Amino acid sequence: MNELIPALLRGLWITVQATFGAFALACALGLILAILRRARIKWVSVPMVWLIEFIRTTPLVVQAVFMWMALPRLIGMPLSALTVGILSLGLHYSAYLSEVYRSGIEGVPRGQWEAAVALNFSPAQKWLRIILPQAIPPVLPVMGNYLIVMFKEVPVLMAITLGEMLLAANSYIASTFADGIVPYSLVALFFLAVSYPSSLLVRLMERRLNRQRGTQYGNRIRNRRSRIRGERTV
Amino acid sequence: MSMHMHAVPLAETAAERGSVRPMVRFRNIRKSFGELEVLKGVDLDILPGEKVAVIGPSGSGKTTLGRLLMTLEEPTSGTIEVDGEYLWHMEKRGKLVRADEKHLHRMRSKIGMVFQHFNLFPHMTILRNVTEAPIRVLRMRRNEAERLALEMLDKVGLADKRDNYPSQLSGGEKQRVAIARALVMKPQVMIFDEVTSALDPELVGEVLAVIKEIAADGKMTMLLITHEMEFARDVADRVIFIADGRIVEQGPPSRIFTQPESERLQSFLGRFRAYRAGR
Repeated sequence: MNELIPALLRGLWITVQATFGAFALACALGLILAILRRARIKWVSVPMVWLIEFIRTTPLVVQAVFMWMALPRLIGMPLSALTVGILSLGLHYSAYLSEVYRSGIEGVPRGQWEAAVALNFSPAQKWLRIILPQAIPPVLPVMGNYLIVMFKEVPVLMAITLGEMLLAANSYIASTFADGIVPYSLVALFFLAVSYPSSLLVRLMERRLNRQRGTQYGNRIRNRRSRIRGERTV
Repeated sequence: MSMHMHAVPLAETAAERGSVRPMVRFRNIRKSFGELEVLKGVDLDILPGEKVAVIGPSGSGKTTLGRLLMTLEEPTSGTIEVDGEYLWHMEKRGKLVRADEKHLHRMRSKIGMVFQHFNLFPHMTILRNVTEAPIRVLRMRRNEAERLALEMLDKVGLADKRDNYPSQLSGGEKQRVAIARALVMKPQVMIFDEVTSALDPELVGEVLAVIKEIAADGKMTMLLITHEMEFARDVADRVIFIADGRIVEQGPPSRIFTQPESERLQSFLGRFRAYRAGR
């Protein structure tokens, strides 16, 4: 017991590192995928759709062990399990996050894009100043949920020897011949202790955003109503 | 698409008219959306400073005309010239080819547009809505842009709303901000695309008053796509009547509204009057 708790806490710390590292990668890469997917040039957008589909339809554990084997050979130097873990988890979830971004981007009314053209913003300015500031806030809660999902996915990386909590528990059991019930229960408890408060935070954020959108963006519905009125006066 | 059409020297076409070079020139413009052809060959010259009102039934293609000029839609065939240069084309080795983004960016700086649904940026204050483009696009210094923006907001009577957000404004106020936002870019041509159609009737007047004031300044070339006949009569130098994708009739408002020649225009105006009387 004296050894188990510190081992699990070290595992938790590694889990947190892997989660946030992979989440940052997934957020950045997912955004790039989402934007490239909208490119007008077919030979940019179509491969993006394939890539996203490929990543989503193959198991994370397969991607992770493949990268664990292939990446060091590809770049000719050894990589830590944490590095490969962050890369594989981040890449995998970038495909999901790109879909989240996509729904946010599609929620921005067409008129916003047209106003950006009419005011002559460059493509980069259009994305950074006009589209993304409107597309991302509504999907922040969904992104928060993915952060929690990714946190719970980290034990998969045990397959590439990442020293997270489940591996720590296994090692403990193997070296002390102890029964598995207590160590595994503790692992579950540790996950619960982090995941549950986090999900409450996400729910709080969601409620906040809904209230904000109710005032700041709510008049879009009013516009739609007056547009119907407007058409009748033609 | 007229990708391999031979270039026509612009100087020659301007000389044909012998007088002032048009600010905007639509030549045999066609536009299809899939099977549907909404513009079926439109020729239209707009002189510098001229105020042209475009009227016509819904689906006549009048809004598309403005959208082509703002580069929001690409013509299926035909050319548009702005200030003596092709808008959607550029010359390359003596051939007219589709304009690249750089050319479009340069040409767009001459054109501004006010939309039916305002399209203000909901995440920015009123002041930032107006200053964002001058700062980012024209690389104007912030204090200079703010000074200019407040001048424009004052012109449309909304300088006191500078720190509000669009959602806190009425439709009429939003549209006046949208006008200030377009004006601050100092375009040579301004497109007003049914700017009062989405407004409650009691808010139409304040927006039209602002546009009339801008029109009275004289210098700006205006394309006014509108349902407001009285407004067209008061502001426009020339009225274009479009139906089924073609210009059916055009002339000074005094004649168009009192002695329409074509049957289409007569019935269009007749229906409009009947509706007005009924309201």
